[in-house]
Amino acid sequence: MDKSELQAIAGKERGARKPVCVSCCTAAGCLSAGGGDVMDSLREELSASGASQKVEVRAVGCMKLCSRGPLVRVEDTSDGRPVADGARLYEKIKPSQAPVLIRAAGEGEAAELPMVDLSHPFFTRQRPIVLENCGVVEPERIESYIEADGYLALHKVLRDMTPEEVVKTITQSGLRGRGGAGFPTGIKWSLVAKAISEKKYIVCNADEGDPGAFMDRSVLESDPHRVLEGMAIAAYAVGASEGYIYIRGEYPLAINRLQTAIRTARRLGLLGSRIFEAPFDFNVDLRIGAGAFVCGEETALMASIEGRRGNPSPRPPYPAEHGLWGHSTLINNVETFANIAPILRRGAEWFASVGTEKSKGTKVFALAGKIANTGLIEVPMGITLREIVEEIGGGDPDGQVKAVQTGGPSGGCIPARHLDTPVDYESLAELGSIMGSGGMIVMDDSNNMVDVARFFMQFCMDESCGKCLPCRAGTVQMHGLLEKIRDRRATADDLALLEELCDVVKYTSLCGLGQTAPNPVLSTLRFFRHEYEELLQKEVTLA
Amino acid sequence: MKVTTLTINGELVSASPGATVLEAARENGIRIPTLCALEGLSTVGACRLCLVEVKGSPRLQPACVTAADEGMEVSTDTDRLRRYRSMILELLFAERNHVCPVCVANGHCELQDRARQAGMDHVRLPYQHPDLPVDITHARFGVDHNRCILCTRCIRVCDELEGAHTWDLAGRGTNARVITDLNQPWGDAVSCTSCGKCAEACPTGAIFKQGSTVGEMEHRSDRIRFISAARARKEWSP
Repeated sequence: MDKSELQAIAGKERGARKPVCVSCCTAAGCLSAGGGDVMDSLREELSASGASQKVEVRAVGCMKLCSRGPLVRVEDTSDGRPVADGARLYEKIKPSQAPVLIRAAGEGEAAELPMVDLSHPFFTRQRPIVLENCGVVEPERIESYIEADGYLALHKVLRDMTPEEVVKTITQSGLRGRGGAGFPTGIKWSLVAKAISEKKYIVCNADEGDPGAFMDRSVLESDPHRVLEGMAIAAYAVGASEGYIYIRGEYPLAINRLQTAIRTARRLGLLGSRIFEAPFDFNVDLRIGAGAFVCGEETALMASIEGRRGNPSPRPPYPAEHGLWGHSTLINNVETFANIAPILRRGAEWFASVGTEKSKGTKVFALAGKIANTGLIEVPMGITLREIVEEIGGGDPDGQVKAVQTGGPSGGCIPARHLDTPVDYESLAELGSIMGSGGMIVMDDSNNMVDVARFFMQFCMDESCGKCLPCRAGTVQMHGLLEKIRDRRATADDLALLEELCDVVKYTSLCGLGQTAPNPVLSTLRFFRHEYEELLQKEVTLA
Repeated sequence: MKVTTLTINGELVSASPGATVLEAARENGIRIPTLCALEGLSTVGACRLCLVEVKGSPRLQPACVTAADEGMEVSTDTDRLRRYRSMILELLFAERNHVCPVCVANGHCELQDRARQAGMDHVRLPYQHPDLPVDITHARFGVDHNRCILCTRCIRVCDELEGAHTWDLAGRGTNARVITDLNQPWGDAVSCTSCGKCAEACPTGAIFKQGSTVGEMEHRSDRIRFISAARARKEWSP
């Protein structure tokens, strides 16, 4: 494989394009709403109608407005690449509506079916980098990714750049880890690059487990090659030749698409030995998680890959010095790897021009909860929560937004009065929450904050591995106290005990799960203390 | 590796090459409470009792797995640490059914000792009272899950010194249990060599020799250190 072959594949793909393209979402959200049947009926209808010279049906990935699925987009592509301007996005399509859709597409007219307004801020305020191909390329066809400039960044890196230059580019871009903690990616890469190790590994953490979060799943289901390309670039930069994607077993579609992606990339020589005729080998394997949230913690994840019980271990040593089977290992999140190819294609300065001073680029959020537009969004860092909730999300349809929860069970609730906070790592941390991996749940007055805290505590209690005592027993006690408060059985002493437990569990637990488990309680106590106090039993005064 | 000097509780002390903070403290007669750590076995940093404050580190560090670095300034007995240790012990006592007056290890129990040393005389947290089994299917030993604190000493000693790996862990979080073989009754566990090292290593009354009644089960955990040192360093005197 060389560049001309890559270009030939892209050219052939472009040449085979029909003037009108009907794209049907085949990511998990729309599939669960019946998108698979819609896809089948569209294909059947197309071959029956005889319009296949003019119209094509493509199975693409997530088109972001998940709450209105199944989504079907019809666009005129006669002048080459798809253009959003002339596109129509139909919502909640049923298989029986396929004939109407195909006929209208063939005639170049709008079908009389419910349509989504593509000029809504939900679409126009987004800044797709990670999701640039989501809903555009066909995830199960590598040719489709190659047409969208896929694997060009890998070619550039392998043929024109030294590993040091790649690390430098990533460092200059200011990219920070998208798994939640926000460690500078370039520094992490340089640590592994400099480590002396007989062998090195690349690990992609796809064990997305926060309740309500589906960013990584959408990326993997919609554009799996982007992650493979990012991993291959990372492998070249740090000197690794083997990689693992640790993905949770609850994502069968993402697993399937990744397997297809790995197989087709290998067949084209984009994975394997001597990629692009360069002295560089890279192979990727999948490891399927068996349903433990804690396996998203990097030391537990590595234990699980090695075939051991998924328990975290104390750090140091960090994976960069002592990772998989004792070798230096680079672990990044799906979204981090998905940012790599565009940065190398367009340059570090381009990437650094998006976002704020300390948080560069964009962040993908899974917007859910009491909000009009539920779905996947990618916004530039520094955008305010208010813009996300009120403009992009369309606000709360039934009431008043009370708080926004970010960071899942490790994060916190930000009250409505702080909605003008910019979304960046530091600002969210100041408010006692975290950026997290990208779950964003909007809450209104029908959500009692004690119950919200209790929900997340139950999650942590169920997901604690049981290795260290504060997390194993502390979450049980905290959950018990939160139930007691919710059920109006608690006194002020119980609340004081809860706060003491939060302190102990936060500072004495072994891994991130336990250390952050009290966060939902601490943040709701900080901003909604009155909701706790209102539920306390009044002290009985003796006459 | 070199001998290092560090400060523990304001006192300048030396540490053997490669020593952890815990080992350095013990070499110098400074006591740091532990439960999961046992000399002769690998360390896991799970019980969190040995957490210490290290100057310049925002996090507390478990002394059993933290290397004693040159110039390190360690505090092992601050008010904050005492408060945390006390709460950790309360959490342990509330977690399962640790009823000392009817326990085989009463008076010879490391959990009891730690509580006494920490001055923890009552538990403010609600007892969980889990309904847990006792397995006495083995001919010589028994395991009482009500007393188990999941320190995993039995698992490590069986794997690392005996080489049988009869013990392991099943379930997670509060449902975690030590198991024999593939969660079979201990008596049916074919890998068990009946060596008894787990019973010597156990810090509480969880693993006991059959026939012992209240207060009669004395664990000889020093034997574990002896076997380990004998094998590793050819030191044959206990």
